[in-house]
Amino acid sequence: MARILGGISTSHIPAVGNAIANNLQDDPYWKPFFDGYPPIHAWLAEHRPDVVINIYNDHGLGFFLDQMPTFAIGAAHEYRNEDEGWGIPQLDPFPGFPELSWHIIESMVADEFDITSCQELPVDHGFVVPMQLFWPGAPHNPDMPRAIPVSANTVQHPIPTLRRALNFGRALRKAVLGWPEDIKVVVLGTGGLSHQLDGERAGFINPEFDRYCLEHIVHDPDRLTRITRMELVEKAGAQGTEFLMWMMMRGALGDNVREVTRNYHIPISNTASGTLLLECIE
Amino acid sequence: MEHPVDGPRFDHRQHIPGTTIFDGRMAMRGYALNKMCYSFNRKENREAFVADEEAYMEKYGLNEAQKQAVRERDVLAMIAAGGNIYYLAKLAGIFRLSVQDLGAMQTGMTVEEFKRKLLEAGKG
Ligand SMILES: [Fe+2]
Repeated sequence: MARILGGISTSHIPAVGNAIANNLQDDPYWKPFFDGYPPIHAWLAEHRPDVVINIYNDHGLGFFLDQMPTFAIGAAHEYRNEDEGWGIPQLDPFPGFPELSWHIIESMVADEFDITSCQELPVDHGFVVPMQLFWPGAPHNPDMPRAIPVSANTVQHPIPTLRRALNFGRALRKAVLGWPEDIKVVVLGTGGLSHQLDGERAGFINPEFDRYCLEHIVHDPDRLTRITRMELVEKAGAQGTEFLMWMMMRGALGDNVREVTRNYHIPISNTASGTLLLECIE
Repeated sequence: MEHPVDGPRFDHRQHIPGTTIFDGRMAMRGYALNKMCYSFNRKENREAFVADEEAYMEKYGLNEAQKQAVRERDVLAMIAAGGNIYYLAKLAGIFRLSVQDLGAMQTGMTVEEFKRKLLEAGKG
């Protein structure tokens, strides 16, 4: 039977892709950020997941406003990292696992989550930057698991509620655990933490709110479902709504988790960056 | 931090300073502008825009406010005209502007001041 080993969340700032391409890991600006990842590499090397479910939010590559799914799941043999328009290096395609994707889609729709299935889905920095952070050299890292992308809408309101995001993760967990083969799965939640790119409030960062979210997502994520969507915009910034991905990931991990490592650093680009690794306790 | 669960009390009109909620109302207003910016995912479209900005904006049916905001590289005016930052960022890429350049433009700071403000946020 399939097992979920744990979940890893991280910011997915596009500038990270350039920093990796230019080997800036030890640069004084970047070092406090990249120092968060070696403990995650060690954990992945020990546990060697077979599949990575990457929960991210598309930023206008895979989807446009003509047709905007609230929740989309990739069901493709591979996922291409296409040109986003502003010159971050493109990576080679990531191998998928469409049979498992369809199993998840079947299970979740039966659980009354209305999923948009995607047999083609170009993936942007929200998907690939975390892959590069966790599996350096991705997709050519020899330990690179097969990938299933899950994208949630944070481009336009109405966005999902925090409660819906957490429950989505719980239904995803049920779906994965229902897969009959013995495979090991890791779930990613990418984006955040507090940041705002647009408007007179651009550059807004809120460490106090980020720490509140980091504190409670580990052992009491239900508490965070009291935060309204407008409150999330107000406190996390307009793009800090990406915290929804962390909630989706958290829901997939079950009630009992152990925190393995975390890192929090301000600023990277316009963003308060964070990463968190939670291991599932069976 | 005790708040009622999100639900029927959701209010689009709640005012958050310096922040435009990009909802259906803004999505309707900005559709042509955002569609043009989405096209900039492709290199040939970026080149076509650079070759003749006016013709390219006309092809996508931008209204006068949107065209003027693009001509003036005025990000706040683009947002007021319905632009969504994720698509506008692709337009900014053509001008080689980063999100920090955009932040400085929108807040009336120099890029150095804007970056310093972000660094200060990390020391708090
Ligand atoms: Fe993002």
